[in-house]
Amino acid sequence: MTGIRTEPITINLGPQHPSTHGVFRLRVTFDGEEIIDAEPVFGYLHRGTEKLAETRNYVQIVTLTDRMDYLASMSNNLAYVRTVEKLADIEVPERAQYIRVISAELQRIASHLMATGFLLNDLGALATPLVYCFRERERILDLFEMLCGARITLSYMRPGGVFQDAPEDFWPSLDSLIGDLPHYFDELESLITSNEIVLARTKNVGLLTDEQAIDNSMSGPNLRASGVKWDLRKADPYEIYDRVKFEVPIGAIGDTFDRYLVRILEMRESVKIIEQCLEQIESGPIRANTPFFIRPPAGEAYAAVEGPKGELGFYMVSDGGVAPYRCKVRAPSFINLTPLRDMLKGWKMGDLIIIFGSIDIVLGEVDR
Amino acid sequence: MNHFPGFVDFYTFYELSLKIFQYFGFGDNAQWMSYLTAGVIISFIVINVMILSTAFYTWFERRVLGRFQVRRGPNRNGPFGIFQPFADVLKLIMKEDTIPSEADRPVFTLAPIALVAPTLLIMTVIPMGENSFLGSLNIGILFIVGVTSVNSIAIFMAGWGSRNKYAILGSMRGAAMLISYEIPMALGITSVLLMSGSLAMTQIANSQDIWFIVVMPLGFFVFMAAATAEISRTPFDQIEAESELGSGYNTEFSGIKFAILFLAEFMAPIVTAAVVATLFLGGTKGFDPIPGQIWFALKMFVVIFVLLWFRATWPRLRVDQIMGFAWKGLFGLGIFNIFIVAIEIMIFKTEDGTIGTSNMLIMSGINWIIAIVTLLGLMRIYGHKKLERPTPVPSPLANMGLEVD
Repeated sequence: MTGIRTEPITINLGPQHPSTHGVFRLRVTFDGEEIIDAEPVFGYLHRGTEKLAETRNYVQIVTLTDRMDYLASMSNNLAYVRTVEKLADIEVPERAQYIRVISAELQRIASHLMATGFLLNDLGALATPLVYCFRERERILDLFEMLCGARITLSYMRPGGVFQDAPEDFWPSLDSLIGDLPHYFDELESLITSNEIVLARTKNVGLLTDEQAIDNSMSGPNLRASGVKWDLRKADPYEIYDRVKFEVPIGAIGDTFDRYLVRILEMRESVKIIEQCLEQIESGPIRANTPFFIRPPAGEAYAAVEGPKGELGFYMVSDGGVAPYRCKVRAPSFINLTPLRDMLKGWKMGDLIIIFGSIDIVLGEVDR
Repeated sequence: MNHFPGFVDFYTFYELSLKIFQYFGFGDNAQWMSYLTAGVIISFIVINVMILSTAFYTWFERRVLGRFQVRRGPNRNGPFGIFQPFADVLKLIMKEDTIPSEADRPVFTLAPIALVAPTLLIMTVIPMGENSFLGSLNIGILFIVGVTSVNSIAIFMAGWGSRNKYAILGSMRGAAMLISYEIPMALGITSVLLMSGSLAMTQIANSQDIWFIVVMPLGFFVFMAAATAEISRTPFDQIEAESELGSGYNTEFSGIKFAILFLAEFMAPIVTAAVVATLFLGGTKGFDPIPGQIWFALKMFVVIFVLLWFRATWPRLRVDQIMGFAWKGLFGLGIFNIFIVAIEIMIFKTEDGTIGTSNMLIMSGINWIIAIVTLLGLMRIYGHKKLERPTPVPSPLANMGLEVD
């Protein structure tokens, strides 16, 4: 019996597609439903952030960083201002550091909630888990609104501190949110973690070994899901992370389910970090005395933070002027896409969407 | 043929128009003319009632989904937003009706009609009240099984005709899935036929002294799962697969063609609910002061709500998992169920070929135990309920000096 001759079909997934989380394009070659090859195409949201930074002064660049990973502007701000502080050797007051850590951890929770919600949406759960995730994220955004008046593009941090102290009614709201969040994660887990269909779809799908993950310089939850215990907050403690106790959750085998579970566990750890910060925080100044036009001495600096998506680093070169000579961003979303082709090969159309969704990228950061 | 006077009854219209035609002196021709007239009138009524109830159903679905998702759903047009579907349809009708230049025009144009027609046809044989049905077909259930299989052709027509890769992927999945799930559906129906001993829908409904859902839960499970797949609702919505294929088979449709596809898609749960209510929930049976039509509507409502519940809460299965579930799971369960029911009928059947109420109760007791044991056993064997995961071990490849802990 001779087999039927079939031809592989090439499908253009995106840039307009409900599940590419933005304008990501993937040229996929299918053999029936099975993926033979996948080629990512970048650049549809390229806005030249790095070049623009060369024409702005150091405070103005903060607003540019907001628009990179627009689901985690706090972390972007933090990574950027830390680089400037390193470059210009600015001492940050302690209270400002605590506020920064609190807001960065809140941002991590918000970002992971979005990742979880959209992963479930990609699984086909028609927006119900997504809306549940949005509900709590909304409260976090309300807190950010109290802090700085904005909800998405926050621009809250400044080189040398934060732009203003948290208002009085911020603290009780934060307290009540922190109290509710663990119950909320329990609720979310009871709906998702033991769901038969979720398990059938995600377990052992899109495996990424620890070796592969390191070879492709992955970072963040994707790396930790592969079993690599690497977290910048522990490995190279910045701000006040050396004063708080928290665990670094890791996954067992590095499949899609692990990437989901690690995010849930990380959110729980973030709550613990915020609780400890709330105990330790004391009153004091919130911003170092820096001039508006910061002129760092000529030189270069690289600083990175553990953002929600992974290691988010800024490399800046100063020539002594008011604007950086060069600004380079190490965008975790972009680098985490490196092993995508290897992860996708051999899986099916439905798996493509969830593997891609579980990597959790934001196109604003990929293309910058 | 039996003749029951009823609410929407063919013979009421037939006799009325016969009188009119005879009054105008058509003589011999009056008979076939009134046959035709009655048919047209009744089809007109049923089609419009179905379209209206579909419109109501889309509103209901969106409201209920809204409740599930901590939001409100449409509430602007009219009281509780009940006129929203009319606004939607008006919008769809006024939109430009595009046909892709590469499309296979006749196939593309026919596909929506081919999809909506069988769905409407099913309603003709379903008894909606004690005596109100369109045709008392003595092979009613066979007719339904036959007509449903046209669906897979229609969906393939839609995908093939629009010459779009996403649409073709969707309709390929659809063809494979719909054909596979017809078998478990037929197996579920067979167990009902064994119990009722008739192919006519009225007979099936009338023989349910105890609802068949109580008598054979396993059969209901098989049928309900297969029916959910047949109308491609979550967790089997591979045909549309919004997050994967954009919109699946209806990607290229717009304007009135899309409206008709949409109509067929949302009419399907209503029809399914009607079939399930007839086959397993005792049809129009209920207790007295409330008329049968209301009972029937209530049962349909419950089934529709359950389908909605699936849709609001479950993720989607993968293609191969869906096919595996049909052939490895439901197929076996269906045959097992028929086997059990057949043996029980052989034991409990009385001389005149019926099964008494008390015997039915005994049967349901046995069947419930068998169903629970089977399903729990299968869950234990194939289920992923237990999180059997290896304990996470930090990889030796990276060391971040965690001695600080």
